[in-house]
Amino acid sequence: MTQNPNSLVEIHNMAFSRGSHVIYENISLSIPKGKVTAIMGPSGIGKTTLLKLIAGQLTPDQGKVLFDGTDVHQCSRSQLFALRKRMSMLFQSGALFTDINVFDNVAFALREHSGLPEDIIRHIVLMKLEAVGLRGAAKLMPSELSGGMQRRAALARAIALEPEIILYDEPFAGQDPISMGVLVKLIRELSDTLNLTSVVVSHDVEEVLGIADYVYVLADKRIIAHGTPEELRAADNPQLKQFIGGEPDGPVPFHYPAADYKKELLSGLD
Amino acid sequence: MGLINQIAKLGRGAIDLVVGLGQAGMMLWGAIAHRPRFRKGTPLLIRQLYVIGVQSMVIILVSGLFIGMVLALQGYNILVGFGTEESLGPMVALSLLRELGPVVSALLFAGRAGSALTAELGLMKSTEQLSSLEMMAIDPLRQIIAPRFWAGVISLPLLALMFTAIGIYGGHIVGVEWKGIDSGAFWSILQSSVEWRQDIVNCIIKSSLFAVVVTWIALYRGYHVVPNPEGISRATTQTVVQSSLAVLTLDFLLTAMMFGS
Amino acid sequence: MLTRKIEILVGLFLLSGLAAFLILVFNVANVEVKTGDSSYTLHAKFSNIGGLKVRSPVKVGGVVVGRVSAIRLDPERLEPIVTLSMDKQYKYFPDTSSLSILTSGLLGEQFLGLSPGFMDDDVEMLVDGDSIDDTHSALVLEELIGQFLYSVGSKG
Repeated sequence: MTQNPNSLVEIHNMAFSRGSHVIYENISLSIPKGKVTAIMGPSGIGKTTLLKLIAGQLTPDQGKVLFDGTDVHQCSRSQLFALRKRMSMLFQSGALFTDINVFDNVAFALREHSGLPEDIIRHIVLMKLEAVGLRGAAKLMPSELSGGMQRRAALARAIALEPEIILYDEPFAGQDPISMGVLVKLIRELSDTLNLTSVVVSHDVEEVLGIADYVYVLADKRIIAHGTPEELRAADNPQLKQFIGGEPDGPVPFHYPAADYKKELLSGLD
Repeated sequence: MGLINQIAKLGRGAIDLVVGLGQAGMMLWGAIAHRPRFRKGTPLLIRQLYVIGVQSMVIILVSGLFIGMVLALQGYNILVGFGTEESLGPMVALSLLRELGPVVSALLFAGRAGSALTAELGLMKSTEQLSSLEMMAIDPLRQIIAPRFWAGVISLPLLALMFTAIGIYGGHIVGVEWKGIDSGAFWSILQSSVEWRQDIVNCIIKSSLFAVVVTWIALYRGYHVVPNPEGISRATTQTVVQSSLAVLTLDFLLTAMMFGS
Repeated sequence: MLTRKIEILVGLFLLSGLAAFLILVFNVANVEVKTGDSSYTLHAKFSNIGGLKVRSPVKVGGVVVGRVSAIRLDPERLEPIVTLSMDKQYKYFPDTSSLSILTSGLLGEQFLGLSPGFMDDDVEMLVDGDSIDDTHSALVLEELIGQFLYSVGSKG
């Protein structure tokens, strides 16, 4: 497999559809090591699907996904699980296990995979919780945390096994400005201090452009633009401008495709 | 065209059924075809035994007691007409051991534990907890499905035995304490007509098979739920309906095999 | 995580299940623990077995000493052959014993009544595989009524 040594994940000519609904026609992208790469696009475009394809939870119809030179979808189940120990995903809902407390949530993967004694696990968990500012909440149940704190706890869990890459699924969706600011800071810090590769999938334009090193914009089943945030802001692609500027109408129409308005009103019941 | 559509619909139904059976089989195989891990698996199993078994105990014991008492009362009224009210013991014991014990406890189990299993798994799926396990390189079939399956398979036969035992004592309360049948006659006729191999072993076989079917359906419905509120409520209903029908159908087949000839 | 309470409750649950099982086995089915092969087989030929079934009890003076384990038809003489599975603790029956098919009550189940025969020096004990020759078939109600009517008719 030919892979650029600077990139951790590469997607080659991938196509994916659910039933008859085509989600990706033919996309290729590469995610550089140690950088924050953002994937943006309007909602419903299948950004989460892209993360699941990278993580091997879904299988593409065509093309391939390389993780550090290994084709994710040609792996056996045990090879895939070995790869996943090097990856981590922060789910949109946090996906904390609701029947155990925050401490046990963070300790979960460590207890399962690391084989470390319990007192070392305790140190690691407290360190991870300290990093996200939730050491004081270790004994709380997930339901006792606010949405933003749940996501931070999930982030602590995601970094517990010290992965090489973290896939963030809509980390900013539904957050108040303060938790949003906290998350932006955490993502950037984790990437810089631990030299983590981060993939952020989001439609929050300003936050993403603020932290990303490189941005891909998805629309219409393909990548319509990519570049550094500065390049994207300067680009004059109308579809891109509409998305970044947040204009209601433009190349992405306000109306769902429909028959002629006047005709439909006048036609009456069939 | 109408006919063609009907045929197409039938075909689609059949294909869906085969796909569903295949998925359910794969799920079960993935969950139980592992070397058991005693150190990590046992706490998970104990927790599920608590949720599935212990929490179903109250409903099983109360229902068993009342069904035994009702059975005895109705049976007494009929038998006393023939002057054979001493046969109340075998009537109550045999109906409970052969049919009511395994079947009613399986139906109650489907309503109490099966629906809860489906709803729990559905919520875990819709809050991405199952995906999140996969991302941690932990097999959810092994971590989530397997302990629940074994807990169900262990719990239901025990619950059915408790149901039957307390039902027979319910019959004793009505027959002996209330209606005044001689206690010695009640028990001796009962004991001479109940047979270990024919009645008790078959009771255990029946309820073990019901346990597999009910737990399997509940887990399959939960694991393959459409992850939204409507999907979860549909899946929960389907669990109860399908496992009840499966239990009753299977019961007929088993009864025909065990007692038919 | 597991608490002590859950562990105790699960333990109690398993114990209650076991208790229910033991109650059913020893109190309801009245199984006696026996060691080794606990039964021996006897055969008996009847001309009519009436309503006798597999698993019907064999009683001596009302005490259950065995059960019917198989019923089949002799292919040559076209007579029913009943196989009995007898409890080993009751093994002192002489081969002069007789078997009758009896009914418990007027409408009750049919069972085999074993009447032990006389003992003598040249009488042997029944052992595994032996046959009992002295058998009395079931009384069939229709035949009895028929005989009764016939005898009433012949007198009149």
